[in-house]
Amino acid sequence: MGRAWKFGDNISTDLISAGRYYHLRSNLPELAKHTLEDARPEFAANVRPGDFVVGGRNFGKGSSREHAPIVIKMCGARGVLAKSFARIFYRNAVNSGLPAIVCDVDGIDDGDELEVDFGRGIVLDLTKGRQLAFAPLPAIMEAIMVEGGLAEYIVKHGDLVIGP
Amino acid sequence: MARRGLTLAEKILSAKVGRDVRAGEIVISPVDLAYVQDGTGPLTFRQMEKMGIARAVDPKRAVVFIDHAAPPPRKELAQDHVYLREFAARTGMVLHDIGDGVCHQVAFERYVRPWDVVVGADSHTVMGGAMGAFATGMGSTDVGVAIGLGKTWLRVPESLKFVVSGELPRGVMSKDLILRVLGDIRSDGAAYMSMEWGGTGIECMPMHERMTLSNMAVEGGGKCGPIPSDDETRRYLISHGRESEWKPVAPDPDAVYAKTFEYDASTLEPVVATPGSEDNVVPVTDPSLRDVPIHQVYVGACTNGRFEDIAAFAKAVRGETRAKNTRVIVTPASKEAYVLTIKSGLLETLLEFGAMINSPGCAACPGVHGGIPGDGENVLSTQNRNYKGRMGNPNAFVYLGSPLTAAATALYGVITDPRTVV
Repeated sequence: MGRAWKFGDNISTDLISAGRYYHLRSNLPELAKHTLEDARPEFAANVRPGDFVVGGRNFGKGSSREHAPIVIKMCGARGVLAKSFARIFYRNAVNSGLPAIVCDVDGIDDGDELEVDFGRGIVLDLTKGRQLAFAPLPAIMEAIMVEGGLAEYIVKHGDLVIGP
Repeated sequence: MARRGLTLAEKILSAKVGRDVRAGEIVISPVDLAYVQDGTGPLTFRQMEKMGIARAVDPKRAVVFIDHAAPPPRKELAQDHVYLREFAARTGMVLHDIGDGVCHQVAFERYVRPWDVVVGADSHTVMGGAMGAFATGMGSTDVGVAIGLGKTWLRVPESLKFVVSGELPRGVMSKDLILRVLGDIRSDGAAYMSMEWGGTGIECMPMHERMTLSNMAVEGGGKCGPIPSDDETRRYLISHGRESEWKPVAPDPDAVYAKTFEYDASTLEPVVATPGSEDNVVPVTDPSLRDVPIHQVYVGACTNGRFEDIAAFAKAVRGETRAKNTRVIVTPASKEAYVLTIKSGLLETLLEFGAMINSPGCAACPGVHGGIPGDGENVLSTQNRNYKGRMGNPNAFVYLGSPLTAAATALYGVITDPRTVV
């Protein structure tokens, strides 16, 4: 269970991990201290393990920096919920083992207590007493997610394999 | 049921995979070219070591570009560069060190070929689409797998077709066309899709202008932005000593598109994207722009840092002096662009106008160095993104426009219609 941190539409990777911290990309713990700084400066210092980032449309638009989902995960966030994700961020999130869940976030307010049942594909908004369904990942992304990320997947399988 | 035709993306991926593949299918494709830059490469290489694949399947087609922090403004970035050079030497990967230019521009000049599947650890890898390639940006780990295993997985994208007729009028560039398109479809209008270009307006468009269209496919959320390979593609490759690498590629006439958009280039006007998003598009003549002082004009980036872009800017300001309170920074996108600027005599024109010149690379565009604006300052840039914080300062404001709009703006210190100066 964790709290919702609500963000708007079109949260760019510059907002998630700004270019002015480029020199910290090989120092991820330091970089993570600036996560989402230009969107909500209080986020990195106050997010608790198990909390959720809740975006709107097109979350993670912009650059290919995989550091964006990595620092969100390093802050302790359990996952990102959004109406839609930009494609490179979505792929990077799965590759980093950060759940990126497409669902209707409109009814979720900042601070709501959320729980995600990955097995049943349901987000529970405990504050509102609502359930939101989400679709399963394509098989190859699910297989990567199950291993905790693409690097772990390759270590285990030694290759990219489609299907069951 | 009759076999229906293939879009450019379907066609290239089908050839690569060895069977007809259609939008929606997930395939594993061989990769013809994979590259990283200095902001994504260190993570790529650490991940390759972790995965036990610290090698390049085809080292001549695996490239490291040091372009974002070139030369490094901080010791942390210098250390990243040390690691990149060491890894490249160890694996035999090709290294383009500081001064060579922006990865996408140099890749286009030297490595991207028609029919290639290209993956780069930088979102603007999509610029390779202008060569008639399937080129897409991915994260560090995905590109590490592409370098180390020579393959990647892809969902074959649906395609949007942009049919362009007519020629761009005086003072209007392809930057104005792509910004107009982004204003129309918005920044996720092509999400997960291919933005395919065609029509007589593209056929008569020179390669440097096509590259700007493909470059900004990702600003529409697109996976790729392919353009057919034709006589202009051949001309470009000949001019780069690469004639033998030319092959034609075109979509089938009966290809199926998710949606088709038609634009008459001859009716377009110069536009800018106002700060915050590339899809906030207004005409340069919009009254809201009149009272915005522009403190810095930036000509550069993979979007519009080619010789032709710099030349368009320089010729429009020749013999003039820049507006007193408007700094002008020019960053050639590659060494080629820099050398051509020098040979043309236009470097002197730029310096006499009052511009300063950065070494080839990304410089100020991603906000690492080379022209970070101050608090409250306004920038008119030829780059592709204007998100909050993009140029390194969340309290500055970035407008996007063409090199000609940049020239008119540098002359008058406010965003100015380039049709009044060319």
